[in-house]
Amino acid sequence: MLNEYDISALLVTLKLASITTVILILVGTPIAWWLSQTRFKFKAVIEAIIALPLILPPTVLGFYLLMTLGTNGPIGNFLESLGGSSIAFTFTGLVVGSVIYSLPFVVQPLQNSFGSIGKQPMEVAATLGASKLDRFFTVAVPLARSGFITASVLGFAHTVGEFGVVLMIGGNIPGETGVLSIAIYDHVEAMEYGQAHVLAGGLLVLSFVMLLIVYIFNGRFSIMRSD
Amino acid sequence: MIECQINIDFNSFILDANFSIPDKGVTVIFGPSGSGKTSLLRVLAGLERAHNGFLKIGDSIWQDSENFVLTHNRQIGYVFQDTTLFEHLNVQGNLDYGMKRSSNIEKEFIDSILNLLDIKILLNRSTAQLSGGEKQRVAIARALLIKPKILLMDEPLSALDMKRKQEILPYLDALHNDLDIPIIYVTHSPDEASRLADYLLLLDNGKVIGSGPINNMLTRFDLPISHGSEATSLVEAKVISREKEFDLMHLEFPGGEFIVPDNRLPIGSNVRLRVSARDVSLTKEKQIDTSILNIFPAIVDQMSPEGKAQIMVRLKIKEITLLTLITKKSAKVLNLKNGSKVFAQIKSAAILS
Repeated sequence: MLNEYDISALLVTLKLASITTVILILVGTPIAWWLSQTRFKFKAVIEAIIALPLILPPTVLGFYLLMTLGTNGPIGNFLESLGGSSIAFTFTGLVVGSVIYSLPFVVQPLQNSFGSIGKQPMEVAATLGASKLDRFFTVAVPLARSGFITASVLGFAHTVGEFGVVLMIGGNIPGETGVLSIAIYDHVEAMEYGQAHVLAGGLLVLSFVMLLIVYIFNGRFSIMRSD
Repeated sequence: MIECQINIDFNSFILDANFSIPDKGVTVIFGPSGSGKTSLLRVLAGLERAHNGFLKIGDSIWQDSENFVLTHNRQIGYVFQDTTLFEHLNVQGNLDYGMKRSSNIEKEFIDSILNLLDIKILLNRSTAQLSGGEKQRVAIARALLIKPKILLMDEPLSALDMKRKQEILPYLDALHNDLDIPIIYVTHSPDEASRLADYLLLLDNGKVIGSGPINNMLTRFDLPISHGSEATSLVEAKVISREKEFDLMHLEFPGGEFIVPDNRLPIGSNVRLRVSARDVSLTKEKQIDTSILNIFPAIVDQMSPEGKAQIMVRLKIKEITLLTLITKKSAKVLNLKNGSKVFAQIKSAAILS
């Protein structure tokens, strides 16, 4: 049913989404915590920048990533000057693109969760002898558990579903940057509707199951809430 | 001693906390809502930070011009107004949270605290399975189990209904009697203040307007609490005998013997009696054919008019100070002056602990 190309696309996609999700949690958690606690004057500017991928056409994001990461782009140049090579059209490039593209889907649920904990549990932990870092890991993180579940599932699912960014920066190299969404597009282009059905249907079911998990754990879908 | 000189500008008011209070017994911070009681407690805990100031508890300096000890290094027990148990931990987990971060917590000590607050049977429950009163008892135990240098309590009863309050109060009495760490207790309830305080710190509009031993404070005419129909004074006494026939008990205090209804306290217990100024009347001669049992010779110490018709009289019965609220007419008929010898008839006295 699945040919070799499809299977490699599936594996690349799962690998990409997993790595991206781990990086997003590591990067998104401190950002979300900072945003939930800060009274920084220009907080709204930072929030708007992080939310950009929510509304920006993925091709726009992909285009700018290509411009900066490509051989002639500033970061591409920098990497080459270090003796490396440009990360455009590589798996690493895909990971970088996916992290930026899915960042709001991780930061927003975490920020909401951290915000709803309030100041008091952290103050209680301080009076019980817990230092700042200690109380972050032993109080804030466990109390924000539902936020972490939502953030992980959404970050993963959104990465699986990306198309535009991948097309611009990935280049569809089988086994390296060829992912499911592009494989579906290729099958449709080649009029292989049966193959397309299998992959598209699979993604549909997978996405549904993941969202179901979020709903069951949280009782609510909180990404668009601003409170 | 606990010495505090801290000035801090919250946007809505300025807290001007300059005081020193004893570092033993229960000090109640008393004042109307919005007077800065909670803010003061937060300053003591290091949860609010003044740019400069001085704070010393016993021999530990928590803030001076160079240093500011962070909350988690202060070794304080803090009981917040509403219950603040960690929802992601069960009762045992909540108790362990503080203990894991403290040293030298012996098994016997843990046992004594669990018994004191009667929470051994709750250890394996989740926090959602506790009543409001049980939650607050666990929160108090959690604070005590880190062996704090000082216990700070911010209106720990205010979130509870009357019944739960009655359930918790005996445990607070036990803290008062059994612990040798200083307790600072914030409340706006005169009942809790007169029941628990050894020492009173009065706060109004962010300023400390007075502090001293509780009964001195209750009977100082320059302070608002010694005026009005709610004025009371306290008498410390000890149970010495019971009168089985009438179900009464006799209490000894420096001015003589009080006779009150028996509440089953064992002989030798210390009790605190609250005497409302309205329940004390004065006579020149000692009445014999009267229903009042508690009559003591007293000397008029000072008088202060209360409105047009009444006058507050401060009495001395030996070294005990008592307030009585009588009419100006009575004062004139009895020809009361400072130093006059009278008999104080106490119609009723509430046993507080």
